[in-house]
Amino acid sequence: MSRAVDPLLVVVLLLNFLLLGTSRLRAVISGSAMQGAALGALLVAAHTETTWHTVLLAAGTVVLKGVLIPGMLNRAMRDAAIRREVEPVVGFIPSLLLGGVGTGAALLFARTLPLAPQHVGSLVVSASLSTVLTGFLLLTTRRKAITQVAGYLILENGVFIMGLLLVEAMPFLVELGALLDLLVAIFVMGIIINHINREFSSLDTARLTALKEE
Amino acid sequence: MGLAFALVLWPLGLAAAAFLLPSARWRPWLLPLGGGVRLALTAAALPRSDVAALSGWMQLDALGKVLLLLVDVLFFVCALYAPAYLKLRASRDNRTFCACLLVFLGTSAVVAQAHHLGLLWVAIETSVLASAPLLYFDRNTRSLEATWKYLLIGSVGIALALLGSFFLAYSAVHGGLGSSLLVEDLVRDAPKLSPAWLHAAFIFLFVGYGTKMGLAPMHTWKPDAYGEAPGLVGTLLAGGLTGCAFLAVLRFFQICQAAGQAAFARQMMIAVGLLSMVVAGAFMVRQRDYKRMLAYSSVEHMGILVLGVGVGGGAMFGALLHLLNNGLTKGVLFLCAGNIHRAFRSKLTTEVSGALRRVPASGALFLAGFFAITGTPPFGPFISELTILRAAMRGDQVWVAAAFLVALTVVFLGMGSTVLQVVQGEPRSGREATDFRDTAFTVGPPLVLLALVLMLGVYIPPPLQALLHEAAVALEPGS
Repeated sequence: MSRAVDPLLVVVLLLNFLLLGTSRLRAVISGSAMQGAALGALLVAAHTETTWHTVLLAAGTVVLKGVLIPGMLNRAMRDAAIRREVEPVVGFIPSLLLGGVGTGAALLFARTLPLAPQHVGSLVVSASLSTVLTGFLLLTTRRKAITQVAGYLILENGVFIMGLLLVEAMPFLVELGALLDLLVAIFVMGIIINHINREFSSLDTARLTALKEE
Repeated sequence: MGLAFALVLWPLGLAAAAFLLPSARWRPWLLPLGGGVRLALTAAALPRSDVAALSGWMQLDALGKVLLLLVDVLFFVCALYAPAYLKLRASRDNRTFCACLLVFLGTSAVVAQAHHLGLLWVAIETSVLASAPLLYFDRNTRSLEATWKYLLIGSVGIALALLGSFFLAYSAVHGGLGSSLLVEDLVRDAPKLSPAWLHAAFIFLFVGYGTKMGLAPMHTWKPDAYGEAPGLVGTLLAGGLTGCAFLAVLRFFQICQAAGQAAFARQMMIAVGLLSMVVAGAFMVRQRDYKRMLAYSSVEHMGILVLGVGVGGGAMFGALLHLLNNGLTKGVLFLCAGNIHRAFRSKLTTEVSGALRRVPASGALFLAGFFAITGTPPFGPFISELTILRAAMRGDQVWVAAAFLVALTVVFLGMGSTVLQVVQGEPRSGREATDFRDTAFTVGPPLVLLALVLMLGVYIPPPLQALLHEAAVALEPGS
């Protein structure tokens, strides 16, 4: 694992806070795109030697998480003509605070897990958990379907970061499968978003409240 | 080699055919064709021990055989039900529906055979994605809401499961083991796995795949999804897809067991199992929507499954038998609930009554299914629940046994009052009468399933007994 890994992880962590603090959907989407690009760079940095496998996978990651999926979200945003997240379940400042507390907790928890000699001192585990938490917060506390999908994307990014510890152990095929599944998942979500937009003329999932226990 | 691939590729090929076939009238008949041939392939694979492919990534062991048998029987029976059902709903396009059902069938064979953690994850994720469009068959706002929740909650669960798989893989790296993610290798080298990582891994995996099983408190998607899904989709989700997720949990339990960390996993499974039963019971009392009631029943029985594994000993066999019993009985209930729903155009007990008069066969089967699922003799679930109960008593877990019994009683009373309201009495006057009546195609499939459930209650064929025993021993040597 090279020295470039930790600075890149700091970028990822800062992007997490940007995502939690903003109400503009465009900022959320471009934040997730930048994070996706950072992950591609991380993948190259995490490998001790650069093979065509790595380059291919990194390029795939950047194209998928940095360009393709954000592009789909941008289009959905334009079609639905919405720009802002309004009235989230948890406000933007409290979300930031929660994100800060969560990152602290992730740092503490990561210290309880023993690391292999080649990984000691690295930020990977705490950055991964903190990103998973950020995604989870976005997914559960925002009302717009687009932000929720972006939240899921961030959550997946967090899982991806954890995978950096396993670059030697993970077969190429599995990583490829995971990426492909992510694409299909977002694609299916995109279709559903489209239908929500048509049915309700809005992407506010707060309107999805017909199914409840009485 | 060939058989391992055939189990997967046959349904997938047929799914492509279903997608390309222009005739909406003939397309549903691909389902019985796909299900029938797959059942025959599975029957050919069951006695063999050498079904494997991809250098050990796919292997059909006893556990996988149990799941495959369940999924194939359920799918074939549902496939016989499908053409008549889709004919009733001819105004809906069935292209995506048929293709997705077959994709689900194909991926279930990957799940059953996957011995590689990554492959297992990819297969389960694919089966989740393939089942999402099935929920949206009705194309109204309610099914849209259900699909959205299912997708989001399911995806989070699946993402957590991937994180757990990574943790497990890292526990091997930290233990100085090679880079293999094969279940065999991990089980063999389990004592060297780093315990701290293994614990964290099991938590994430159990929460992740538990979300897919629909264990409380991660069950919130289930009532919505099962409430809105067509009956045959409910059957395949409640019997098949949850079984796939359960198999994944079992694989990781197997690794924990081999690592000597089973006590940790067991406590968690008993706690979550009991919680699921209690939560399900609470929501089943005074439940007015009989399809949502079935969803809570599914939450309850998923709880029983993990509880059985948590109790261990003889309960391991009981849990595996219950996987079959629950799946088959859920088929009876969901298919009949679908018929009743069609006959009354409502799924609320405030509007539905007298099912025994309007659709006598479906009503009677629904009632029999209720008795079966709540553990009344002589049906199968009685035997499997009793096995789990006896193991809990013998294993000095009297409190667990007592809580188990109380929860079962609450569920019986709660579910009973809803079911009786549906089947008894006279159909309400003032509600428009539909022309839906029982036919051989809508009643035959649940009848076959009920006959199987009854058979499992009085007689378990020796080959099946041996298979279940082999699977239980693989999970817990000496059980």
